[in-house]
Amino acid sequence: MPEDLNWAIGGEAGDGIDSTGKIFAQALSRAGRHVFTSKDFASRIRGGYTAYKVRTSVDRVESVVDRLDILIALTERTIDENLDELHDGSVIIYDGERTSMQDVEIPENMVGLDVPLKGLAEDAGGAIMRNVVALGAACEVAGFPIEHLDSSLDKRFGDKGTAIVDNNQTAARLGQEYTAENYDHDYGYDLETTDADYVLLNGDEAIGMGAIAAGCRFYAGYPITPATDVMEYLTGRIDQYGGKVVQAEDELAAINLALGAARAGARSMTATSGPGIDLMTETFGLVATSETPLVICDVMRAGPSTGMPTKQEQGDLDMLLHGGHGEIDRFVVAPTTVSECFWKTVEAFNLAEKYQIPVFLISDLALAVTEQTFPPEAFDMDAVEIERGNVVEGDDIDAWLDDEGRFQAHFPTSDGISPRAFPGTAGGAHMTTGLEHDELGRRTEEEDVRVEQVDKRAQKVETAKEREEWDYREFGESDADTLVLSWGSNEGAICEAMDLLAENGEAVRFISVPYIFPRPDLTEAIEAAETTVVVECNATGQFADVIEHDVLERVQRINKYDGVRFKADELAAEITDCIDGEVSG
Amino acid sequence: MSSEVRFVDFKSDKQPTWCPGCGDFGTMNGMMKALAETGNSPDDTFIVAGIGCSGKIGTYMHSYALHGVHGRALPVGIGVKLANPDLEVMVAGGDGDGYSIGAGHFVHAVRRNVDMSYVVMDNRIYGLTKGQASPTSREDFETSTTPEGPQQPPVNPLALALASGATFIAQSFSSDALRHAEIIEQAIEHDGFGFVNVFSPCVTFNDVDTYDYFRDSLVDLKEADHDPHDYDDAKEKILEGDKEYMGVLWQDEESVPYHQTHGVTEDMTEIPDGAADGTMDLVREFY
Repeated sequence: MPEDLNWAIGGEAGDGIDSTGKIFAQALSRAGRHVFTSKDFASRIRGGYTAYKVRTSVDRVESVVDRLDILIALTERTIDENLDELHDGSVIIYDGERTSMQDVEIPENMVGLDVPLKGLAEDAGGAIMRNVVALGAACEVAGFPIEHLDSSLDKRFGDKGTAIVDNNQTAARLGQEYTAENYDHDYGYDLETTDADYVLLNGDEAIGMGAIAAGCRFYAGYPITPATDVMEYLTGRIDQYGGKVVQAEDELAAINLALGAARAGARSMTATSGPGIDLMTETFGLVATSETPLVICDVMRAGPSTGMPTKQEQGDLDMLLHGGHGEIDRFVVAPTTVSECFWKTVEAFNLAEKYQIPVFLISDLALAVTEQTFPPEAFDMDAVEIERGNVVEGDDIDAWLDDEGRFQAHFPTSDGISPRAFPGTAGGAHMTTGLEHDELGRRTEEEDVRVEQVDKRAQKVETAKEREEWDYREFGESDADTLVLSWGSNEGAICEAMDLLAENGEAVRFISVPYIFPRPDLTEAIEAAETTVVVECNATGQFADVIEHDVLERVQRINKYDGVRFKADELAAEITDCIDGEVSG
Repeated sequence: MSSEVRFVDFKSDKQPTWCPGCGDFGTMNGMMKALAETGNSPDDTFIVAGIGCSGKIGTYMHSYALHGVHGRALPVGIGVKLANPDLEVMVAGGDGDGYSIGAGHFVHAVRRNVDMSYVVMDNRIYGLTKGQASPTSREDFETSTTPEGPQQPPVNPLALALASGATFIAQSFSSDALRHAEIIEQAIEHDGFGFVNVFSPCVTFNDVDTYDYFRDSLVDLKEADHDPHDYDDAKEKILEGDKEYMGVLWQDEESVPYHQTHGVTEDMTEIPDGAADGTMDLVREFY
């Protein structure tokens, strides 16, 4: 595992935890260090407990670990919540003058730094900057050059004027100096900086940016954790490319707004989380039978019902594979990393238009709230290709007219893909409907036409299976006896778990599957392995069920449904248990 | 080209399966006439239909059209119009589609004030499911599911629209062909969301709100010295319980449609073959 530092700031919601954490993460990123962030948070505006955690290293970091080296604790509860992760020598920065922190007890084996955050912030120009004072103190503890924090503060507050930036930079210095003068301690950290250029973003932002890159011009959504960041990212930005975000009255409207825009010929999407998918399910069948290209994104959170809105889970797989009455043709794609959120979004739009089909893009809370560093080339816009499929206009329309000059928008071609005429195209006027319809899009109950249209829609999926690459991402030893399979955001934690396993001499082959339907054939890989373990964040093993159904063989399962993402160390232990169990059993 | 378009050009070759005498025939004819009169052509027109007897309209007209999910016709129409503002978008549905299952969308479509029109074929009954109470059925109207009548007041769609901030509220009657087409035409030409509640009698399941009833009771605002730009007058007439009006009750002369308030003027359908110029700036923003 990389040599890393784990830092966090925690307090009550409303304490500015997120924005302070982001400032520190951005400072590290600007110093050429890799960053992987996570959040502990509760679904409330004020109160409770919330924390922003940063893992940083000169090497790439792909997951969170159960270790906290430096903690800025704005409340006593912050310390209690993190006792499992704090260790001998962990540093806790707090303000002993804050009423709620006066009686705080720092565990004996740890280093408590009582810094008058509020007082020093007032000296710098305002109590509001007390968290920045704490960041200055953290720079001192971590041996991190404060100039990088200056740069990050400039990015954060630059549009509020130089005075605000100056005050914040002063506040940081007061925190740093106070710590240096009052605590003579060797913390043992010396954060190296590099010349590398990194960008820092989360999965929701990557999906939003991917949508713009892919030419998405219409987005409709209803705010919901943890998908709202997609909508907030696009708001204002998509306008610069001639697009628009519409905040719908509910998810029923959101998907129908997006459907309308897509019928008009715009690249269009909506994003939501599980409860919103429940409502949108009503329209899935219409999207499919009207053969409308639409990207529907589900940023999963813990269900069922309202569940745990700010907690991680991968529990919507069955619903996205099968949701809706009747049999609905669809594609299901699930990016496995933050950068893949970008690329799979681009691909989802191409698939949707080439096959005139709904494409479900599954992300999850862990991807949505993780801010991770990447070289900018990871989002190389020149590599984005846009394929719009069989759009016809002008003289090409004629080839698709019937004997009476009517456009056949659902013509049953051999590959199942019909022509698409955008409204406004001369000669292309046609209707479509959620009723079973003929090639003209008109209602029918004729048996042979029904069968023809069902087969035609299914044929598109078969065509796509042949024409597209439904590959997987592979890591580790390809001839290892142990095969680990997973989907979605678990990839990073599993990769780091493999490093730990390798240290213990355990070789593992890991296949990370981003295509859920259609999906790669894993039969050979599973047959070649002695032990197959499917890792996912849900209780029942929905992906494991799918795999077992595919290969007709039992697999082992590692399931986590406590609302917290996988961590590398716990995963390594569980994978070892699976291997040992197989050997002893 | 548009000057050559006649209303029959909006007619498809599919024969309606509505009951003989259904009000929807007249409603549809007026829509087609108004679309032609306002210079639209089938290739530039998008009709969105709801579910119910009224929802069949997309099949009987010739244009681009979508017949969607029950109650969601308005969001679809708004999506179409925002993506391509050059299209003429008309949404048509029934009273169940618009005021019951789709009531929430009605309120918000009115608020958004997108430049399109919405025609509700109000027959005060559920016809396609063979005669159950609708949201506009009378309190004592006996049906198979409300043997004593709904025993709750009917929705007043005009008042609902007014309370939601409507910029155009009209009511018409399917059998008054000239006036009906004229009113739809005004809704199309209105700079914003043109809402028309059309009394479109069900001859099979509603023996109360009949052609005769509407003929006898409707007051034509054209003959009533009504100023549609007078909000207070409109409000009074809309909330009046004992009279039913035909004509434009309210039109906000200051109406600013959504595409102007929100800066949506471009056709969103044209995009480059790759990521648009300048998108690398989006990446650099994260530095």
